[in-house]
Amino acid sequence: MKLTGAEIFIECLKREGVKTVFALPGGVVLKIFDILYQQKDVEVILTRHEQGAGHMAEGYAKATGKAGVCLVTSGPGMTNVITALADAYMDSVPMVCFSGQVPTSMIGNDAFQEADNIGLSRPCTKYNFLVKDVNDLAATIKEAFYIATTGRPGPVLVDIPKDVSMAKAEFTYPNSVSIRGYNPTYEGNKWQIKQAAEAIMKAKKPILYVGGGVIFSSASQELLELAEMTQIPVDMTLMGLGAFPGEHPLSLGMLGMHGTYQANMAMHYSDLVIAIGARFDDRVTGKPSEFCPYAKVIHVDIDPTSIRKNINVDIPIVGDCKNVLREFNQILRATVNGEQKELRKPWWDQIQEWQQAHPLTYHQEKDGPIKPQQVVKRLYELTRDRDPIVSTDVGQHQMWAAQYFKLAKPNRWLTSGGLGTMGFGFPAAMGAQAAFRDRLVLCIAGDGSIQMNMQEMATAVVSKLPVKIIILNNGFHGMVRQWQDLFYEGRYASSDLGTTPDFVKLADAYGAVGLRVKKVGDLDAVLKEAMATDKPVIVDVPTYPYENCYPMIPAGGCNHEMLLEDPPELKKKQAGAGKVTPEDKDTVLTA
Amino acid sequence: MEHIISVTVENKFGVLSRVAGLFSGRGFNIESLSVAPTLDSSMSQMTIVTSGDERIIEQIVKQLNKLIDVIKVVDLNETEFVSRETAIIKVHTKDADRAEALRIVDIFRANVIDSTPSTYTIEVSGDPKKIEAIINLLQPLGIKDLVRTGRVAVAREPARPAAVQTKKVARD
Ligand SMILES: Cc1cc2nc3c(=O)[nH]c(=O)nc-3n(C[C@H](O)[C@H](O)[C@H](O)COP(=O)(O)OP(=O)(O)OC[C@H]3O[C@@H](n4cnc5c(N)ncnc54)[C@H](O)[C@@H]3O)c2cc1C
Ligand SMILES: Cc1ncc(C[n+]2csc(CCOP(=O)(O)OP(=O)(O)O)c2C)c(N)n1
Ligand SMILES: [Mg+2]
Repeated sequence: MKLTGAEIFIECLKREGVKTVFALPGGVVLKIFDILYQQKDVEVILTRHEQGAGHMAEGYAKATGKAGVCLVTSGPGMTNVITALADAYMDSVPMVCFSGQVPTSMIGNDAFQEADNIGLSRPCTKYNFLVKDVNDLAATIKEAFYIATTGRPGPVLVDIPKDVSMAKAEFTYPNSVSIRGYNPTYEGNKWQIKQAAEAIMKAKKPILYVGGGVIFSSASQELLELAEMTQIPVDMTLMGLGAFPGEHPLSLGMLGMHGTYQANMAMHYSDLVIAIGARFDDRVTGKPSEFCPYAKVIHVDIDPTSIRKNINVDIPIVGDCKNVLREFNQILRATVNGEQKELRKPWWDQIQEWQQAHPLTYHQEKDGPIKPQQVVKRLYELTRDRDPIVSTDVGQHQMWAAQYFKLAKPNRWLTSGGLGTMGFGFPAAMGAQAAFRDRLVLCIAGDGSIQMNMQEMATAVVSKLPVKIIILNNGFHGMVRQWQDLFYEGRYASSDLGTTPDFVKLADAYGAVGLRVKKVGDLDAVLKEAMATDKPVIVDVPTYPYENCYPMIPAGGCNHEMLLEDPPELKKKQAGAGKVTPEDKDTVLTA
Repeated sequence: MEHIISVTVENKFGVLSRVAGLFSGRGFNIESLSVAPTLDSSMSQMTIVTSGDERIIEQIVKQLNKLIDVIKVVDLNETEFVSRETAIIKVHTKDADRAEALRIVDIFRANVIDSTPSTYTIEVSGDPKKIEAIINLLQPLGIKDLVRTGRVAVAREPARPAAVQTKKVARD
């Protein structure tokens, strides 16, 4: 039987096991929406902006490990989703985006709502397809999912002209895909693996530096075995949080620009860096020429381009984390004995010394302004038993979330690392909530970032996605203000947000629940009330506006040279400044 | 250092822009690029002349390999190869210069492929040095037009794909 392109599209989604599509309609995709409307297998979540649809697909993908799917119209629909594609590309998020296109006969004529979708998305997708013939549609969709989810995952775009969705073809879904130019390497080179295992045995000051790749390859169990067997401490990147239990004694926490003191010191002074699925981003390496001056480097990554892109590597291993870690474990199981532990005792003593010298700190006065760290810490302590999924926006609050919200398991952490997209957090949380209706999904947001995709509150209410948003409301683009305090002599150029909207009323206006924490003593009660609500909630928490995030390695600095607190001149200035206190802001807000 | 990279790609819509976009997006340098179908018409052969230090060339090779439409990448500098470029040069030739032009054509084993009362159009093929040399000699006569194909190259022995795994290099 012949099916229309639109029907073929939906049959393909079903075959790929897609349950949810985040979408917003328009002229050239109406046929597809019409068919979606008439079936029940695939749920359509109508978003209020295509960027929201894209980030929801990302959140869905990060939480489930499967490809997230979004569907947008031509022209402005496509340009709106670009930010999400670029975000997914930087963070290797598997997703398939379908875009509508003007009819094939009109392509190139500056037709109504025409855009060069292929050209626009080329630099921010792993691959993209323009389907010119309905007979190619099914095979193309199969390839799109295959490319998005294999090797180093990433976003794939399928551009479907209107006439292709209307035309008919015989439907057959291919069982397998073979693309001669695309053969990701999953098995690591045996000889290299052996070399690496030997280096691990010999090292006196080894450190595991693990990233998003461990999560993509579901290798947490193997990583845990390796770390415990060899007693090697673990540093996680921002994207690797959850790959290793945050409360485990071997976890040193996050490393990098706002990483912990011990994580960065251990990296800097180690003699063997074992990088697993991490890409030596500049937020981690600091000044590349001074990065890990004493270490040999082992780098396991599925993407050869990640290796030796920023940092020289002594033992490169191209392969999937899970496979390579298994092989490491197999070799090491036979050789590890008490000796290594003994050999490394001085190293552990040193790390513990670092840990004790400069743990993460902040000072919360009993009746003082609410400190943002306190909010994250209490949120963590109050919700940990419910194994929540946590998303963040971008800024200081993101870094405090990374420092204080300790994740026990992978696929619970949704954050935008590579692109650093403000506005990511809320829709990403909604995407995860759509995948797991019964789970607790938190969004730790900034007062600046949340306003970048606030419109999705309508989606959350209508589609019943009861995400709990906790806004760390400092009245500033806090991260920008921090840099201005440290590097621009306190000139707050465009970082003061002025009077932000009343988020409680805003939530109310959308039909969600709005709550505000007025003083630190109320924090627990309000958070508990929020968690007990079955609707989307905004918890507005006015926090101390001038809190800075430490440790901090200034951009291009060295990893062992961290700022640990406000420099003296800054402290003095803040003490004397008759600036708005959170209470004042609060009065402004509620006035 | 200059490298000649031979890239076998799918012969389909948009591949050239993927390769060109890779070079411009990542700030790699392209000196010349030529592309044409191979014996198997489902594939095209690109010859890219580029330059960079060892680390950059390694990234270029890896990034090219990563493109889904790229089937094979050979860094010809890793083997022995032969390369050629063709130039078509239209020179202004007044009466007295015509004989001189022909002499130069003869020395370089070039061909005159078109002639009008006031011009010769000369085709010359060879390595870049040879082409530079003939251009220098023809310049005084007055070159009206010059087009060059960019280089094409082939390995002398069957070529192995460029190493995908990184080579071990001393840390700097
Ligand atoms: C405000 C701000 C501050 C930041 N501060 C920090 C900071 O202090 N510390 C920090 O770490 N980051 C920080 N980041 C994030 C940083 O920019 C990078 O996004 C992050 O460091 C990259 O993490 P990653 O190395 O784990 O790589 P990812 O982007 O997660 O990439 C994963 C790597 O694993 C590989 N891979 C994928 N799948 C597999 C597989 N199956 N097997 C093997 N390998 C695989 C990929 O090829 C890739 O190389 C910050 C971001 C922002 C916005
Ligand atoms: C879309 C986008 N625009 C600009 C930036 C630059 N930027 C990074 S952090 C930040 C401030 C974020 O403010 P807020 O969300 O209130 O978080 P805070 O730092 O105050 O916790 C800005 C503007 C960005 N990351 N993303
Ligand atoms: Mg803020």
